Order: sequence, then C-alpha cells, then structure tokens
Amino acid sequence: MSFRPAIMIAALVLFATGVAGEGVPQPHPPKGKGQACVAETDFMRRNHPDLLNHQRDDTLRIGIRGDKFSLKACVACHAVPGADSKPVTVKSPKHFCRECHDYTAVQIDCFECHNSVPDDKRAASIDFTMPGTGNNRRTALSLTQCSVGGAG
Amino acid sequence: MNTPRITYQRIKGESPAYLGWLGALGLLIVLGLASAWTMEHHGHVITGMSNRIVWGLPHVFAVFMIVAASGALNVASIASVFGQSAYKPLAPLSTLLALALLIGGLSVLVLDLGRPDRLIVAMTTYNFSSIFAWNIYLYVGFIAVGVVYLWMMLERRMNAYTKPVGVFAFIWRLALTTGTGSIFGFLVARQAWDAAIMAPMFIALSLAFGLAVFLVLTIAVSRQTERELGPVLLRRLARLLGIFAAVVLYFAAAQHLTNLYAAEHAAVERFILFEGGIYTALFWLGQIGIGGVVPLVLIFAPQLKSSAKTVMWAAIAVIIGGFAQLYVIIIGGQAFPQILFPGRIVESSFADGGIAAYAPGLPELGLGLGGVALALAIVTLAITVLAVLPTTMADTD
Amino acid sequence: MTHAPDRSRRAFLAAAGAVTGLALAPGVTLFAPAMARPAGTAASDKVRWGLLIDLNKLDDGGAKGVAACSAENGWTAAEGSTTDARWIRMVKVTNPANKTVQTLPMMCQHCAEPPCVDVCPTGASMKRADGIVLVDKHTCIGCRYCVLACPYGARSFIHEPLTGQRSHAPRGKGTVESCTLCVHRVDSDREPACVEAYGGSARGTMVFGDLNDPASDISKLVATYATQQVRPDLGTRPGVWYRGLA
Repeated sequence: MSFRPAIMIAALVLFATGVAGEGVPQPHPPKGKGQACVAETDFMRRNHPDLLNHQRDDTLRIGIRGDKFSLKACVACHAVPGADSKPVTVKSPKHFCRECHDYTAVQIDCFECHNSVPDDKRAASIDFTMPGTGNNRRTALSLTQCSVGGAG
Repeated sequence: MNTPRITYQRIKGESPAYLGWLGALGLLIVLGLASAWTMEHHGHVITGMSNRIVWGLPHVFAVFMIVAASGALNVASIASVFGQSAYKPLAPLSTLLALALLIGGLSVLVLDLGRPDRLIVAMTTYNFSSIFAWNIYLYVGFIAVGVVYLWMMLERRMNAYTKPVGVFAFIWRLALTTGTGSIFGFLVARQAWDAAIMAPMFIALSLAFGLAVFLVLTIAVSRQTERELGPVLLRRLARLLGIFAAVVLYFAAAQHLTNLYAAEHAAVERFILFEGGIYTALFWLGQIGIGGVVPLVLIFAPQLKSSAKTVMWAAIAVIIGGFAQLYVIIIGGQAFPQILFPGRIVESSFADGGIAAYAPGLPELGLGLGGVALALAIVTLAITVLAVLPTTMADTD
Repeated sequence: MTHAPDRSRRAFLAAAGAVTGLALAPGVTLFAPAMARPAGTAASDKVRWGLLIDLNKLDDGGAKGVAACSAENGWTAAEGSTTDARWIRMVKVTNPANKTVQTLPMMCQHCAEPPCVDVCPTGASMKRADGIVLVDKHTCIGCRYCVLACPYGARSFIHEPLTGQRSHAPRGKGTVESCTLCVHRVDSDREPACVEAYGGSARGTMVFGDLNDPASDISKLVATYATQQVRPDLGTRPGVWYRGLA
C-alpha cells in the first residue's frame, strides 16, 4: 500500500484549484481606445491569430491594404500609456498583447520585427467610432487613417 | 562465392576509455549548444560572419559532414550494390556513420540559421525552384532511407532486400550530393561557383571524405575493441582511398585549368591560386598538399607498408585537405568580390570590389565542433545499442 | 497631418494635376494616376515598377538618396561596418583605361528574374505581382542563401536585435532584407524616399514609375535615351536603369 496515488491526487486538486501555485492572476487587458474593436471581443480573442496570419499574407504578398484588420491600427488603438504617458513597448509587461500572452505563456514574435507602439502622430489622432458589426464598410475616417499605407 | 555467416555484436561500453571519450564528446556538444544559443540570442554580430561573408566556419563543418555522410555510405554500397562481399562485415557500421554524420551536419546548419525557431516553417513551406528546398527533402529522406537500409542489413529475415534498398540508397545519395554541389554551382552571382562541375566534383569529394572518415573511425574502433582489421581488407580500403584522393585532385585540376583558360575567370583564379593569402595557402598546402599528395604518397609509395597506422594518417590527411578545400570554396568564394561593372574598379563602403575579410569567432568554432561531436557521439552510443560491429574484421578468404 | 484622403476626389485632382504637369513641364516626373490602387485591391501584374537614375544629373553620388532611405526605413550603417544593413549604398566606379570616376547609388534591382527568389527554400524571398521584390519576414528562416545568390550584393542580414523599427518597415534580427522600393509609399501613391529626396531643381535625378506603361515618364526616358542596366548579361532583367553610365 503506497501513499503515491494519494499524493498525486492531492497535488492535482491543489494545482487545479490554484491553491498550490498561489493562483496566477487573471489577465486584465486594458480597454482599447474608442467604443469598440473592429470586431466582437470574443471573436477577436478566438480568431486574432488566424486574422493576423491571413492578413499578413494578403498585405505583404498580394499587396492588399486598407482592410479592416490592420496591425498598425491594433497597435495604435490598444496602446497602453506608461508612467511618462507615452505608449509602452512590448518590453513592458503592461503592453496590451503581453497581458494575455504572458498569462497563457504563448510566446509571440511579431514584435521582433514590428513596432510595438504606434507612430507618434497616429497615437494622437485615433478616435474610434465605428461599431464592431463585422461589416467591412469603412465609414469612419479614423479607420482609414489607421490602415492606409500601413502594415495591413 | 560462399562467405561465412557474419555475426554482429554490441559492445558493452563500460570501459573508462569509452566513458571518458563519451564525456569529452558530451562536453563538446554542450559547448556547441551554448554557441548556438549565444548566436541566436545576440545575433550573428558576435560571429565573424558579415553581410559579405554570410556563410562561415559552421557551413564549412556542415557541408563537410553532409558530403562525408553521403560518401560514408559507400562501403555499404560497394558491398550491397557492387557485390564485393569482403566489405559486407563493415556495411552496417558505414551506414550508421553516414546517418550520424548527416545528423551532425544538419544540426550545425539548422542551429546557425538566423531564425532556428522557424525550422517548422522550413520543413513545411517549400519553394521548389530552390535547390535548397530539394536538399531538405534529400537530406531528411536520406535519414529514412539509411535507417531502412540498416534494418535490412541487421535483420536476418530482411537480408534478401539489402541489395534493392542498397541500390535505392546509392542513387539517393548521388542525388543528395549532386544537390549539395549545386547549391554553389547554380549561383551566377559568384565567380568561384557558377559552374556545372560543382555537382560531380562534390560527388568525388564525398567519395574521398566519406571513406576517410570511415577509415579513421573503423581503425580506431578496431583498436579499441581489439578486433584487428584484416590486412587484405585494409589494403583494399587504403587503395580505394588513394584512388578517390586522386579523383579529387583530377576535379580540382579540371576546374582550375578550365577557369584559367578563360580570360573571364582569370581574376578569381589569380585570387585563389596566387594572391589570396590564407585562401592560397589553404589551397596549395591544405587541399593539394595535405589532402592530395600526402595520402597518395602514404598509400602508394612502395617503401611504406600499409599498416593501419599509415592508412589512418592518410585518412586524416584527406580530412584536413577536405576542410581546407571547402574553406576555399565556401569562404574564398564569398571573399572574392562580385562583378558589378566588368572591367571597372569598384569600391564602396560595403566592401564592394575588394576582398572581404573573415576571421572565424569562437561561437562558429564551437558550433562546428559541437556538430562533429554529435555525429561521433551518435556512433559511440549506437554501437552499444545496435549490433553493428562484426565480431571479426579479419580477412575472409 | 494624417487626414485620410477621399480616394475619388484625390484621384481626380491627381489626374488633373498630372495632365497639367505633363503639359507644362516635360521631364517632371509623375506616375499616372490610373495606377492609384483602391484600398483592398491586390497589386496588379499589369504594372511593373522601376527606377531610373540619371547620372548626368546626380551630383552627390546618391548621398541624399541613401540618407532619405535610412531615415524613412529606420536603418543606419556605420562607416566601414559590414554587419550593418544597407538597403542602398554608394558605389564608386573607376574606368582604369581613362581614369573616369562615377559614384552611383546601388540598391535592390527588383529584377524580373530575381535569382534571390529562385533560391529561397521557403519562398520568403518573393516578387510581388507589380514587380517589387520583397522578403516575407514571416517565413524567412535566415539561411542567407539569397544573400549569396544576389549578383548585386543588395541583400543584408540583420546581425543584432533591433528596436525602434518604423511601423511601415518591420525588420528584425535573424532575417534578411533589402530595398523594398518603399512599397508602403508606393501603395499609397507616393514615390520611394530616395526618389523624393531629389526634389526642387534636382527633380528627375531619380525617376520612379511604371515600366509597363509606355506613356509613363520612366518608360519614355528609358526608350529615348541611352540607359543601361547593371549586368544585363546575367538575364536578371533588372527594374533599375542608369542613364549616363560611363
């Protein structure tokens, strides 16, 4: 008769309830600028990797720009101000992407190459008014100013 | 011809010499991994490589090992494909060495990539107009073919299939080596490379380098495990090495004499043969002298008897000459400037028009040696797990 | 100012301006407004972007172009460094027979048959439909085979970690890059930074336009005057032309 199964079950229960690891704090990604994202939050959470992967090929290889999902627009709207009220780069754990990605321990390498903060003028002028209905029509000036000439 | 049944065995792998050897290899592997980590972490700026010499010492090691891997399979091919049964006892060891060398070479190549984390991308996204993409298939396929070949040889029930698989492996490795040579031969951008001779020359290099590494390994193993290599077999292998070394010299002569004849290539030939400093020294002393003349003398001079020691030195000389030759080809080929404006003198702040400088750094050496150590470690461990060593390497007659 | 343009109005204005410009000032370079691509559309293979560098007009060897490219795309190359990336460089060409010297800017030639695209194992080195040769850094594994293959020495490998990249020019350690013909500018109907750097009275030193359109300025210049490509014998069919090569 060994204690090993009992110890294992106890450990599993403790870890599952977060007691053993003192619980990892849930991520609280800060709200982006404007009223809504280009799509529903749930949709974005689930699908942003596919959107990024697909969009980047469209933009880079095929040359399609000005679509709804623009990395530069994401970075601009989701910029998080730091202590000096300038947007924090991906080096800071307060960066929008890092909030969730640190929690899930999924390493992203977008910012090896891409700028993780908006260009100065872009950050100042973002004003998002288009509701996240999922339709592609660009009515707000602000959306086109996010994505024209940009990284997708 | 009736040959007695060959028995293979494993070695125990418990002696202090064995463990010490494995430990040393392990240390080199760790240093190799550390080198790769620092290169990946800090970027290639910590190496001697630059935008002018983008392929450096690690590539010399990697290409040598990949080329030698293809040639190391030769002993098995001579047994299975060409029916020389005297070589049959050594066939499994030769196949194992081929696999180990290829894995070692590939690991150096992969760890030197700017984005080694993208290996999955390299394995799944292909541009089939690139010989490099074809090579990925050829290299990985070679591992699979080699494993199957080894299985056919070691499993008695499958022995009947050794020949067809052996033929397949032989053709595969010819394709692989042609592909490796074509990496350089296909490029118009470099004066030293743009030539159809690169592919067959690499086949010749593979025969020489592969057999040389195999001989060093076999003689060392035979001494350590006290199974002496029969003198007739040794003499045959030595003569084969001599012939291969002579063929390598022939290809060098064909390549350089042809280039010398054409005024278009006069500049690059002058660089390699006379004015290239380190490259000229490596060519004449390393490639021709140590890699060509020394082995031929050691093997064919009537005064010298073909003892295992002499043959081992001849094989080591071929290996040194091989490294020198690949250094001249790969790095010398990049050091020589590209011709932007024929007939004009070209200069820029980006080293246009001049000989590019290259001084290998420690991370490059560490990575290269780590790959060699990995290949040797695979063989060292495998002979304790797989029965690939024949109980005797004496002559069968 | 980031006021987003209304495309239809802009296209009209651009067309009107272009017609006037072409009528009033021959040699002033504009590329046809018909090339203005609506957002959301793909690059077209009916267009082939190219450059013409007029060495008769060039008085600084390309220095302004190099500085503009460097500022626009966020790269800097220290003097004499061979590990820093260079998208464009000044090359001094001396004719030993008569000692004439020319200094000219050299960048990715955006070949129609690019050797770098042929050799890339993953297809990261690519040619866009409109002729711009790019590196898809999402798939680049940093093997540097394309650096070996380029006859013009146009490609650079990034040797160290980078920070502060421009949003429109992502670049990172371990990948290869070269002149993008300012594809981010081209896609918003502007000219590459190096071309724009030669403004005012120097206008026309570098010309950007559609080589497939016989009515474009660049096509007319290439057709009328003695213009050359670098190493045309290699069959790469570069998209960069030089006028006034000695």
